[in-house]
Amino acid sequence: MFRPLLALLRRDLTLALRRPQDALTVVGFFVVVVALFPLGIGPDPEFLRSLAPGVLWVAALLAVMLSLERLFSDDYRDGTLEQLLLVPEPMGLLVLTKIFAHWLITGLPLVLISPLLAIQLNLRPDEIAILMLALLIGTPILSLIGAIGAALTLGLRGGGVLIALLILPLYAPPLILGAGAVDAVMHGSSAQAHLSLLGAMMVFALFATPWATAAAVRIMLD
Amino acid sequence: MADRDFRAVDLAAERGERLLFEKLEFRLSPGQLLQVSGRNGCGKTSLLRILAGLSRPTAGEVYWGDEPIRSVDGGTGTCLGYLGHQNALKEDMTAEENILIAGGLGGDRPERETVLAMLGSLGLAGYEDLPVRFLSQGQKRRVALARLLLQPRALLILDEPYAALDVQVIEVLRGAIEAHLARKGMIIITTHQAVDIDGDCRNLHLG
Repeated sequence: MFRPLLALLRRDLTLALRRPQDALTVVGFFVVVVALFPLGIGPDPEFLRSLAPGVLWVAALLAVMLSLERLFSDDYRDGTLEQLLLVPEPMGLLVLTKIFAHWLITGLPLVLISPLLAIQLNLRPDEIAILMLALLIGTPILSLIGAIGAALTLGLRGGGVLIALLILPLYAPPLILGAGAVDAVMHGSSAQAHLSLLGAMMVFALFATPWATAAAVRIMLD
Repeated sequence: MADRDFRAVDLAAERGERLLFEKLEFRLSPGQLLQVSGRNGCGKTSLLRILAGLSRPTAGEVYWGDEPIRSVDGGTGTCLGYLGHQNALKEDMTAEENILIAGGLGGDRPERETVLAMLGSLGLAGYEDLPVRFLSQGQKRRVALARLLLQPRALLILDEPYAALDVQVIEVLRGAIEAHLARKGMIIITTHQAVDIDGDCRNLHLG
């Protein structure tokens, strides 16, 4: 039963490798947005440090959102999404596989590059570790929730803006918890509560959103 | 190959506010071909999408044996293959990769030699290793046909398969269709061209 899912995962990763610019633009966007903040608000290290968790998280979720439009739209345009509906596997699992591939291509690079940007914003090593952990748990949530918006806007003109309006409000909880985790460490308390809640949210999103996304895909292709 | 009938019962469909067809019924038995004809815009593609379980009809139901097509055990894709207007090919991948991946997704896992032989028989020998975006419209259509013909499904639903194909390939496709019917498969096809096929052919005229 996992063979078809592996085939889909390999297909999406191969396609991403053949068009690396798609993944690179997302990382580039993340880096540039974070780099612009010190230019805008001045170089005071302590001030930058206090802003860092929020800046990094907002930049990360904007970067993920930027990449969402392409999650299903390429498959939709060339007709492969239609064929996926005929694959003898539950559509929810196929969607989950696509989201996983999407996270590997966009979310994971953000996690990996975040320490560099955190140093730029004067975060300390223990805070950077928590930031990476929070992003590692949080970016899959962003991909999972975002997939619903990507599916609901399939084939609509100006879909990208619509995704932002639909999805950004739903990104508030992971943003609060993720940035809060780093803030907590910064102020000398434990990040455990934030991270636990973030983890719970990821588990919930993992089980609930693929089915909602699959239903949305079916409706949009009807 | 197929051991069940394929039935449409009291189907109706509308697009926008306009009724395309209603009270449409037919039964297709193993070894039969159904050619759907009608002028542009009469709902041929809508009908085929409903039959493939991709769209919901306004009324009525499509049955595979006794099961509604959208809730067939194991998924709709286990009993039918569908080729729509779009070729469903990944432009950045080669013809061979496209077919192997589609086979992997469908759980068929065709052999590489079989794929190459099929591509060869459709006149694509020498083009297997080229990304699909470098192929012409007709060649892309042939790759999509090769993919469909390599899926061992009882029912094949083909929407305008002859579009953009040249005469030789139409002959090859005709042979493949006749072979599929001889194996007790079923075929539903829309086309504007008259292609005479040996076998048990029915006609359904819309509009």
